[in-house]
Amino acid sequence: MGVRIGSEKFFDRVDKGINNEFMRKAVVEAQTRLEGRKTKTQEEMGNWEDWRDLSEEIRQHTLDNLDFYLEQFAENVAEQGGHVFFAESAEEANDYITNVVKKKNAKNIIKSKSMVTEEIGMNEALEETGCNVVESDLGEWILQLDDHDPPSHIVVPALHKNKEQIRETFHEKRQYSNSSDPNELALFAREQLRKDFLSAEVGITGCNFAVAESGSVSLVTNEGNARLATTLPETQITVMGMERIVPTWKELDILVSMLCRSAVGQKLTSYITGLTAVKEDGDVDGPEEFHVVIVDNGRSKILGTKYQSALQCIRCAACINVCPVYRHVGGHSYGSIYPGPIGAVLTPLLDGYEDHKELPYASSLCAACTEACPVKIPLHELLVEHRKDIVEKTGKIGFAEKMAMKGYAKAASNPNLYKMGTNMAPSYIKSIAKSEEDGKGKGVGPVKLWTNIRDLPESDGNSFRKWFENRSKGGDQ
Amino acid sequence: MKVSLFLTCLADVVYPASVGQSTVEVLERLGCEVDFPKKQTCCGQPAFNSGFHRESKEVAQHMIKTFEHAEYVVSPSGSCVSMLKEYPHLFADDPDWADRASQLADKSYELTQFIVEVLKVEDVGAELEANVTYHTSCHMTRLLGVRDAPMKLLANVKGLKFTELPNKQQCCGFGGTFSVKMVPISEQMVNEKVEHIEETNADVLIGADLGCLMNIGGRIERQGKPVKVMHIAEVLNSQGS
Ligand code: SF4
Repeated sequence: MGVRIGSEKFFDRVDKGINNEFMRKAVVEAQTRLEGRKTKTQEEMGNWEDWRDLSEEIRQHTLDNLDFYLEQFAENVAEQGGHVFFAESAEEANDYITNVVKKKNAKNIIKSKSMVTEEIGMNEALEETGCNVVESDLGEWILQLDDHDPPSHIVVPALHKNKEQIRETFHEKRQYSNSSDPNELALFAREQLRKDFLSAEVGITGCNFAVAESGSVSLVTNEGNARLATTLPETQITVMGMERIVPTWKELDILVSMLCRSAVGQKLTSYITGLTAVKEDGDVDGPEEFHVVIVDNGRSKILGTKYQSALQCIRCAACINVCPVYRHVGGHSYGSIYPGPIGAVLTPLLDGYEDHKELPYASSLCAACTEACPVKIPLHELLVEHRKDIVEKTGKIGFAEKMAMKGYAKAASNPNLYKMGTNMAPSYIKSIAKSEEDGKGKGVGPVKLWTNIRDLPESDGNSFRKWFENRSKGGDQ
Repeated sequence: MKVSLFLTCLADVVYPASVGQSTVEVLERLGCEVDFPKKQTCCGQPAFNSGFHRESKEVAQHMIKTFEHAEYVVSPSGSCVSMLKEYPHLFADDPDWADRASQLADKSYELTQFIVEVLKVEDVGAELEANVTYHTSCHMTRLLGVRDAPMKLLANVKGLKFTELPNKQQCCGFGGTFSVKMVPISEQMVNEKVEHIEETNADVLIGADLGCLMNIGGRIERQGKPVKVMHIAEVLNSQGS
């Protein structure tokens, strides 16, 4: 799939999102539910801000010493019979994975949820070699059945679909004939997936956190699918972004707790799976062959820059669940597999400004995301940094805006020019404050954009300055 | 106590004089001597948030000079004060200016914050008969960290019947240039805000930031709704009828 989804223009996507009433209702409900639950579990922790500080510190320390921990992790995996591959690019990762699968003569692959495999387009790469790749996370499975509809949320990928739509998809693709009752739908999915679990030769997972001290990977799910995907198939491949690492189990404990609370408002999810290397003599299940693919794909270019904190992300979606922009436009409007505030920060870093130049501006900088983030990524500040780089480095700013900003700076740093403005403004504002007869705005440029949907206050020309001057002369007393 | 008023460009240029007037009168009633440095302009936030940091610095330098003499800088806007607090970061690689910027940042307060935290007053003796609700602006609460001060002051205004705004923490969709760059999204956000205001049955929406009030009020006017918008300074300056 790659980072980018779809080819529509930004404002067309936004219009589509805004007009999708069902999706918007689903988003509002999900935000209310998830945010409410998060607040509750946060309160249970007592000193949430201290936990955030600690989590930030763990993530920062790990990123500052990433080479050390990655090496330690890789050595520990190898020592216990696993294989580690560092992939610089998506292509390298996919080549390695398809080769492992080929060597095993495998055709059937079962997957648990993983954003990084979406990012590198792994499914497509495997399907091109003739493999049958099945997503086992319920949400991802629904999207896969529905002709690879892209995810609209990083934790709840099918958030934009309702049960009727899901029933329709099941009916059309798998001749499902029961009702749209969520229990019945889930039962059907379970029956269908069970066959795929049993026939899979290779299981592919993502990784919530890799533990450097023991060479283990951990997976956080509510469906238990990751556990099946890692115990039944003979071969396991875990794909992880290079930043997804913790030094020891102690830090894992803290971050998993922060993740579960922030993502779904649970103390812990139903399954937290920790996996270390291959099955040993006497073990009943577990893989005989274990591969870890550590994906860079642009991450090392972020390290050491002002954007490094974006790599602290633990993919909990708390920022998405409080975002007022996401609330109204939905995930697909971002045109990226990573939507919401973290998506607006990360997408241009991973995939460039060319296709994503609007994303940093699709925020009112209300900072709700920054406040929600359990690892304290200053998301709204990073969006401003993007805007700064767009202005200073890309040449993607229109002439009119550049001139307007230069003019603004001149006027706002020169009292005489500014005074001229304040003298002229009231009568101008009066002339454009209300809409035209047809309800459209008056004026030009930004003024028209403003007045298209809003009036302006009617300044009475009795400016504050006159009043203040007058009274200091004794006129007002 | 000597206080220098930073009026903000919106109160200066776009709004009638009453927000500034009320700010001065409330402060004076509480014993402050208020001066108004005439050379003041804008905090620089429009350029800063748009990524034009060079331009923003020009404006910031002018503001730093204009308020260098001040003992305290008080402003009827949480958002603009949070921008003044951003100045030291803006000049991070220029120690001289960073130092002057820090001095300004340290002595700058939003109006309600100043009354409660510095003057230690929670009852300004105001009176206003009205059904009201209050919009907690994002920059004021999240960037400046001022949440309680306006609540404490409003709680002591005689005659106010207060209803909390549902989803009060949600942005109104102003966001400076966001409101004109991303009109379709901003429109949805402000529509939802207006719906919540209507749910409270308030006659007056109070706020402490003219940016938000201009956005919400402008939308309310356009929709022809009967809700009036007041800046908190105007409420605190009300003396009943
Ligand atoms: S940026 Fe923070 S809040 Fe958003 S997904 Fe990442 S960790 Fe969670």
